[in-house]
Amino acid sequence: MLSVKMALRSIGANKMRAALTMLGIIIGVLALVVLVSLVSSTTDSITSEVSSLGSSLLTVSIRDDHGMPVRLEDLQDWVDAEPSVSGISPYATATATGKYALESGSVTLYGVTGDYYEINGQQLIQGRYIKQSDLRSSSRVCVLDETTAEKLVGYADCAGEVIALDGIKYTIIGVVKADDSIISSFLSSMTAYIPYTSLIRLSSTTGTSITNFYIGPSQGYTVPQAETAMKELLLRRFDEDEDAFRISSVNIIEEAMDRVNSALTILLGSIAAISLIVGGIGIMNIMLVTVTERTREIGIRKAIGASHRTILVQFLIEAVVLCMLGCALGIFFSWAILQIVSIIVAGTSLSFHLQGNVVMWSVIFCFLIGVIFGLYPANKAAKMKPIDALHYGG
Amino acid sequence: MIELRDVSKIYQIGDERVHALDHANLHVYPHEFVSVIGPSGSGKSTLMNIIGCLDTADAGEYLLDGTPIEAYSENALARVRSRKIGFVFQSFNLIPKLSAEENVELPLIYQGVKKAERTKRVREALERVGLERRAKHQPTELSGGQQQRVAIARALVTQPSLILADEPTGNLDSHTSREIMDMFRELHEQGNTIVLITHDNDIARQAKRIVHILDGRLTEVSG
Repeated sequence: MLSVKMALRSIGANKMRAALTMLGIIIGVLALVVLVSLVSSTTDSITSEVSSLGSSLLTVSIRDDHGMPVRLEDLQDWVDAEPSVSGISPYATATATGKYALESGSVTLYGVTGDYYEINGQQLIQGRYIKQSDLRSSSRVCVLDETTAEKLVGYADCAGEVIALDGIKYTIIGVVKADDSIISSFLSSMTAYIPYTSLIRLSSTTGTSITNFYIGPSQGYTVPQAETAMKELLLRRFDEDEDAFRISSVNIIEEAMDRVNSALTILLGSIAAISLIVGGIGIMNIMLVTVTERTREIGIRKAIGASHRTILVQFLIEAVVLCMLGCALGIFFSWAILQIVSIIVAGTSLSFHLQGNVVMWSVIFCFLIGVIFGLYPANKAAKMKPIDALHYGG
Repeated sequence: MIELRDVSKIYQIGDERVHALDHANLHVYPHEFVSVIGPSGSGKSTLMNIIGCLDTADAGEYLLDGTPIEAYSENALARVRSRKIGFVFQSFNLIPKLSAEENVELPLIYQGVKKAERTKRVREALERVGLERRAKHQPTELSGGQQQRVAIARALVTQPSLILADEPTGNLDSHTSREIMDMFRELHEQGNTIVLITHDNDIARQAKRIVHILDGRLTEVSG
């Protein structure tokens, strides 16, 4: 505590210099806190607006079917029985080698029914989607997404063409818009949708018993309402065993917003972190000047009994205090700026506030910068020989 | 108390080897007041640095309170300075940003003395040099004589085995010099061991014992 007071006095002895030195840290913290707070406040507002419109679908996975496997017909029965449910589509995946002319590649196959289209909000560009009749006859038809069509066939409007999946010929009946989420573009895999019954024939791991399916709520019903109804229905089916299945709601848009939010936070955070590091170099620079200026003082302190460690700690604390002061000012200015922005956007649904965790991170980061960039000058001070330091400059 | 046996210190200046101390022998007994006199360049400062544990000898043996010093590490030397030696310098060497009492308090902080005890001992030390009224003043607000008295208080406050004064009156006028020298005599009468280094015969004569230093060699002048 005493050393912090001493450090504050040394800093106070040279206010102008201290202020200029801290400017780097202040701007760094300002950039970090304001940018991250703006981004996450904006995405928060958008997300809450989006989710007030309603979530999109439910997923169910069956873990223990109690000897009564779920079949395609059951799904249709449930849709008919539950007014809150507009559609249910089974969902199974497999991987196959897709081939068209000389082009070939690994394709992820989704075994689905016609309901999948509605539930997942797919959009046809060309042709038709999978129909009830395709399921009944396990017909060899498939729907490709746009990117897959371009990759495999060479052009997007390729309905009517025939491709081979694991050597079996499939007719392309339709093309849907590609799911352009970050994850799928990352994996850049090819995707084809085929009737669930056709997948049973193609893949050894998919059977007539359905273990995963999607549920879409009806117009005018919310996802939680559909979830409650389906839960009751499934409990009846599986002897009131809650562990037999798992039902969960997925809000695709919310998930996408979360991803955007974290991507932007990381991006802006790293830019701001760089400016903080630059600020840290400024601190190191000025600490080196300070150490040289105070060579004589260091000599006196050593002569009257200060150890290596005492001097090291003294200058280290000074660097850290300088950083933390800059950090505190930066946070204060960020708060002020966010207040002003909030006033400007008042009346809209946006609201800006200081994000607690980014404040915490900037405090931790500033502290580390103070220690890391203060260590070298402090060590230089501590290593001075008392006689050399005493005779420095007279 | 202090025992120098054949202590040598050699500086290499360009091609020349300078014997700053040449087989110096010196005994200082407890409660003695010794002055070391010599012209500039005689090795005075080197002697003072070695006695004050600011530097170590190249050859020979130095015993302080019966313990040999040369083998000590940098940190151990800092500890010896902190516990056993009180310095008074020609240019006072107070820390300008700190008040008189804070300057006096500093060696106690380095020793790890508790706050209440520190406050008490700082007040006593400032009373002994007659500056209790100036405790809150910054060095720049004090006259040269007052600054030197603060420096003496700082040297006294740890109750060191030895007070080492290097030209303590060098920057003071003759009137203030007398005051400071009176103070040293008084400290000696109270039982402190003092080694005073000077080039001034009048100042040196105030000590009980005078040692001459020339070209790094010590000779006893009077007892």
